[in-house]
Amino acid sequence: MTAGFHELAQAPPRRTSRFDGELLEVSMGPQHPSTHGVFRMNVALDGEIVRKLKPVFGYLHRNHEKIAEGTSYLGSMPYTDRLDYFCSMTNNWAYALSVEKLAGIEVPERAEYVRVILAELTRLVNHTSLLGFLLSDMGAWGTPLMYAFREREKVLDLFESLSGSRMMCDYMRFGGCRVDPSTEWMAEAQKIVDGFPRFLDEFEKLITTNEILIARTQEVGNLSAELAINAGVTGPGLRASGVNYDIRKVDGYGVYPRFKFRVPLGDHGDCYDRLMMRVLELRESLTILHQAMKQLPEGPIQNPKIKIRAFKPPLGEAYGRIEAPKGELGFYLISDGTGTPYRYRVRPPSLINLTILEDMCLGQTVADVMVILGSIDIVMGEVDR
Amino acid sequence: MESLEEIKTRIEAARPGLVIAIIPNPGPANQPALLLPNEYAAAAARFLRDDPALCFDYCSNVTGVDWLDRTVKKKVKVKKLVEGEEKEVEETQEEFFAGYLEAVYHLYSIARKHGPLVVRLRTSDRSLGVRLPSLTPIWRSAEFQEREIFDLYGIHFDGHPDLRRILMWDEFTDHPMRKDYREPDDYEYEPTAHDDVLVRAKEHAAPRPPLDGAEAITSE
Repeated sequence: MTAGFHELAQAPPRRTSRFDGELLEVSMGPQHPSTHGVFRMNVALDGEIVRKLKPVFGYLHRNHEKIAEGTSYLGSMPYTDRLDYFCSMTNNWAYALSVEKLAGIEVPERAEYVRVILAELTRLVNHTSLLGFLLSDMGAWGTPLMYAFREREKVLDLFESLSGSRMMCDYMRFGGCRVDPSTEWMAEAQKIVDGFPRFLDEFEKLITTNEILIARTQEVGNLSAELAINAGVTGPGLRASGVNYDIRKVDGYGVYPRFKFRVPLGDHGDCYDRLMMRVLELRESLTILHQAMKQLPEGPIQNPKIKIRAFKPPLGEAYGRIEAPKGELGFYLISDGTGTPYRYRVRPPSLINLTILEDMCLGQTVADVMVILGSIDIVMGEVDR
Repeated sequence: MESLEEIKTRIEAARPGLVIAIIPNPGPANQPALLLPNEYAAAAARFLRDDPALCFDYCSNVTGVDWLDRTVKKKVKVKKLVEGEEKEVEETQEEFFAGYLEAVYHLYSIARKHGPLVVRLRTSDRSLGVRLPSLTPIWRSAEFQEREIFDLYGIHFDGHPDLRRILMWDEFTDHPMRKDYREPDDYEYEPTAHDDVLVRAKEHAAPRPPLDGAEAITSE
């Protein structure tokens, strides 16, 4: 007698396995639509269950660090845009912050506020696109991604009118920012921020209670808090596991201590938590944006004492870090007193968050690997550098 | 967070015979480092992670640094016999520092929310195949980053679970982040042994003047 529908529904999730007990090795990628760039995984499969997984990357490697060690400090600033090409503003900020630490530069108050506004707008861009991509990976092909990109486009238009470029902004400078945003620009930004919750409410309603999405993400790719800390996972991935660690709160860089915002935390550390973490962080970003735009002071946007060209920081070294949308983005610089850095190092959150990809995927099915990878949020420009 | 001297004395007290040096950082960032001796590095790192007051449970950044051989010129006043008279004469002395490779770890505490603590490990020289102890068994986040150092700087990490090239391809032989790395003449094609190619290859292999960039560093 065949099992009835009811019994099948009660049975544990289907786990097929090969009859001969052999493992099948599959090379997923590098040209896979769900790997977000040229990324490959060597997977050993038992039926459709993952038994081993080794990520392979380096296809976009151009040795960013070596190039930066051969050019001036300012010369690397446009190149940092290309690391995580979704979030050029936060890349600029992390680099500028590290150089400011290295040389002991003060930043005018207005510039700090503008930096916060741009960083939070970047977070809106990154998290909405991630939600769209993740749904796209799960088979909701096209529509959610287009919804997300519609909102992203508005913010990118803002970036373009401010910096001249949509994605490669090259906007920040050591000791400030390149151009002062006008009042018209601020009004336009305010309009977009005011309109954003409407999209977010709709998007949240569409996705977060969707039965298929819940089935695909809950209890998939669980990550314990201990492993997350030990493996250096940062950003929304760490907080989804319930670890309260947000560098905006811990380091209080820029003017973040002046704003009231909460740090959302998950408690299962599965893909659903990681996804929801983005939705909740979007809401917190909006509250920060509202406060920053309201409090924005007048004044200079660039420290006038800083010689941008022929810039020579004193002897020493510095490690500076910020809470980028993907996690802790840090720059480690060693100055030998000349115009080029002796050592220039990027601490890429995308790369280090991949360390435990294998741990999260073991015992899951091959279809879940794409969801887990999508929920980590990587950009290959930053992984490979 | 405790001061660097206190941390140093506490680690030294926990393990007799251990001597830790503090590497000063002259810049405004004020991030001096602890230099751990290689044979005790794992034990000291475990102490840093497990001590309840320090609790450096999160290793954020791991990276390599290549320090070339360098000579520092100093002006010293020396007493000398000049024409039967003892006089003070200024002389330039050259002090030689042998080069080495370094692995730098930036540690933070998520539980106590302090940091960074900078920890350095040093190799004895810059030869190929130099070795350092791996700290991946203590902080998993070092796994890919130590692989990257192995790939780009050529430091072998003892005790690393999976030490392979990570960004360059497996057949690649050199270590591009070393300061004396030489780029290939031509990226586009494999040269065939014609005369002009051989001449260029000879020029490529010819010794070049020593690298600059490290002379300005005087603090040690």
